[in-house]
Amino acid sequence: MRLEARGQVSRSMQIAAPFAAIAFTLVVCSLLVAWAGVPVGGAYLLLLEGAAGSGFAVSETLTRATPLMLTGLAVAVAFRAKLYNIGAEGQLYMGALAAVAVGNAGLPLPPIVLFPLIALAAMAAGALLLIGPALLKTRFHIDEVVTTLLLNFIALLFVSMMLDGPMKDPGALGWPQSVAIPSELELPKLAERSRIHSGLLIALCLAALVWMIDRFTAFGFEMRAVGANARAAAFAGMPVQAVVVKTALLSGALAGLAGCIEVAGRAGYVTLDMSPGYGYSGIVIAMLAQLNPIGVVAAAIFVAGILVGADSMSRAIAVPTYIADVIVAASLIAMLVATMLARYRIRWH
Amino acid sequence: MEGANLESPVLSSVLTLAGITKRFGALTANDAVSLDLARGEVLALLGENGAGKSTLVSILFGHYVADEGTITAFGSPLPPGDPAAALAAGIGMVHQHFTLADNLTVLDNIMIGTEPLWRPVSRRRAARKRVRETAARFGLAVNTHARVSELSVGERQRVEILKALYRGARVLILDEPTAVLTPQESRDLFATLRQLVTEGLSIIFISHKLDEVLAVSDRIAVLRNGKLVALREARGATKAELALLMVGRAVVMPTRERRAPGASTIAVRGVHVHDADGGTLLDGIDLDVAAGEIVAIAGVAGNGQQALAGLLSGTLAPERGTVTLAGRPLAAKPRAWVAARAARIPEDRHSVGVIGDLAVWENAISERLRMPDFTRAGFVRRTAARAHAEAIVRRFDVRLSGIDVPARSLSGGNMQKLILGRALTVGGGATPAFILADQPTWGLDIGALAYVHECLLEAAGEGAAVLLISEDLDEIFALADRIGVMYHGTLSAVRAAESWTLSAIGLAMAGGEEAARAA
Repeated sequence: MRLEARGQVSRSMQIAAPFAAIAFTLVVCSLLVAWAGVPVGGAYLLLLEGAAGSGFAVSETLTRATPLMLTGLAVAVAFRAKLYNIGAEGQLYMGALAAVAVGNAGLPLPPIVLFPLIALAAMAAGALLLIGPALLKTRFHIDEVVTTLLLNFIALLFVSMMLDGPMKDPGALGWPQSVAIPSELELPKLAERSRIHSGLLIALCLAALVWMIDRFTAFGFEMRAVGANARAAAFAGMPVQAVVVKTALLSGALAGLAGCIEVAGRAGYVTLDMSPGYGYSGIVIAMLAQLNPIGVVAAAIFVAGILVGADSMSRAIAVPTYIADVIVAASLIAMLVATMLARYRIRWH
Repeated sequence: MEGANLESPVLSSVLTLAGITKRFGALTANDAVSLDLARGEVLALLGENGAGKSTLVSILFGHYVADEGTITAFGSPLPPGDPAAALAAGIGMVHQHFTLADNLTVLDNIMIGTEPLWRPVSRRRAARKRVRETAARFGLAVNTHARVSELSVGERQRVEILKALYRGARVLILDEPTAVLTPQESRDLFATLRQLVTEGLSIIFISHKLDEVLAVSDRIAVLRNGKLVALREARGATKAELALLMVGRAVVMPTRERRAPGASTIAVRGVHVHDADGGTLLDGIDLDVAAGEIVAIAGVAGNGQQALAGLLSGTLAPERGTVTLAGRPLAAKPRAWVAARAARIPEDRHSVGVIGDLAVWENAISERLRMPDFTRAGFVRRTAARAHAEAIVRRFDVRLSGIDVPARSLSGGNMQKLILGRALTVGGGATPAFILADQPTWGLDIGALAYVHECLLEAAGEGAAVLLISEDLDEIFALADRIGVMYHGTLSAVRAAESWTLSAIGLAMAGGEEAARAA
């Protein structure tokens, strides 16, 4: 068995690949559902209902998708320039912490000024966490996968220290939880009796913005060039190291902003279980989207739908919510195989 | 088909290919190729790049499986797609890029993979004896104790040949074996090949160089667009008719007109450069290139040409010494060089010249991206950029289906035309002040090669100073006004082309210039 490159990858095949991957994933996962002793069709129906079966279900899915879009964008931007940022989780937490800290600093400013300020603080915190690994990579060729991954633990322990120390909410009965963000800084809700908030609109705008940067600006050109072939980009005169560092700033800022929006839109304060791995899911989402900013939006909604739907399914029947993790993981693998098969054909002999 | 007796099997045939066809998508790389190889002959496989030589050999060696056709080796059919079976049948391959481990000795390299892994002790003494016997029998002198890293390129090639012979090869395939050799080393190789065939081996010799094909082979098979277009005796064949068969049409090579050089454009003074480990790359280089002249740098690959090219394309800074263009020192920044009207054609067009995943139009402006012509307020001026790309594609005859296709999809010749066009179109209708052409025709077919030569000659005629770095001596003699030779980071005297003979260049390439002068 070997792979042979197809001459030209057809557009239809590129579009069909994700759907084929999802279909394959559902078939594979149905074995697990059947193993749990419940009817497969019924279980999937419950999952679909839980994710999109009602206005409330949709609002829950979109609420969950909001931070995922931002971490997905953060990862997609970095990966396109071949900067492997595995640290979106830590950047998200640092961003959330910075937002709460600045929000509670007691600055005498109206919310219309203060909110952009806490967003900027969150973006700066996320960017700062990634700038170190980026500089180590460009100056000393130190693998950023290792440094960004390990910084997640440092960031989380730092947050833990702050939540048990200077930023601890005295009214939280001893729980490690930060003081709440002032209520005038909370993001407005988009619908009554739901948790969906205007952070979703911010995330959608940023996806469009990142797409525009990528496609229309000289910086986007340089990011793509450096990611595709750094040697050729350097020969053409592009400042490769500066491009990598700028990309890191953009990526870290997006992940940090995810933390700010999660705090201001949903959580209200920082806790150590605020993110169920949004940063890591961002990697899955970026890969599912093939690093395309618009694709990130769709992939984030898909993953959020699976997570929310599986929660609701497991409440109704005896399938553990972990099926969601299996589906997401299997869909990523199926997606990678499907995109590969769109470009190559298998020859057996 | 001319002069072929393909249908009648040769009695002493050791290898027979019958109707080999291989398709890659829409491309037919081999189209019903039938060949036979006799015992004790050198068969040359002649063809341009992309004619299907490598594909045919890969099928023979089991790397690819043919869509149609069969191979018979020594009377029995060869199972397709099985390199181990090809080895067992006595087919040995010497790749153009050697497959030797530098840090191991010659003996280790020859023995590697021939002993079962579970055997507790390696039978080195017996192996050494066999290697020495084989070497003596075929006249391939090498020191089995030496580390491969200490050997010259010619010696490494002998190790590769020995490696194949040690594994019992009776058919030896050599893929462009002279590409890395000096003229003297090539002659030694041809002598070795003659010795091998008198010992009863058969050799397939792959090349696109007509002189050496005529010098070494008994029969010549010419491939063009995947088809076998001729199979004939080497005796009596001429270069002209082989070239016509290989290309399929007459190619007029541009010729050089002498003209008086103008003012010095590029001046390199006492430049020293070391690599990260402290090894010398450039050791006191002095070089002048005047407006309107072509200066060529010959040399075996790896003698500092890469560093010289980096120095003159703005990607490498001198540690000591100066580089000036038109009297002004330039920073080691590609954008500064491009702004000073330097046209740069890099050696490796696939991984340095273009960014394969980006579109052709994006590659066409990549050197000038941040200039006001193509970027305004941070946004790429797509209309202007695309118009520029279209103009390059038209003027330099780049064949493509559209400027939105990725540059990767272009053929080598078209890719080089794109790079050439990008470099030579310096904007505002001006001509380049300086052209660095580093191996500009490497791997190109004759048509594209002639085009590149024409462009360089034309640019020099319009007053550009051209520095040509090449390993192809034919090219150097065809283009250069003056020639210098690099060896171990030093540059010989750069003298008029007429004052060099082929053997003098060969001697200088092997580092013999000083010795020759002293004698």
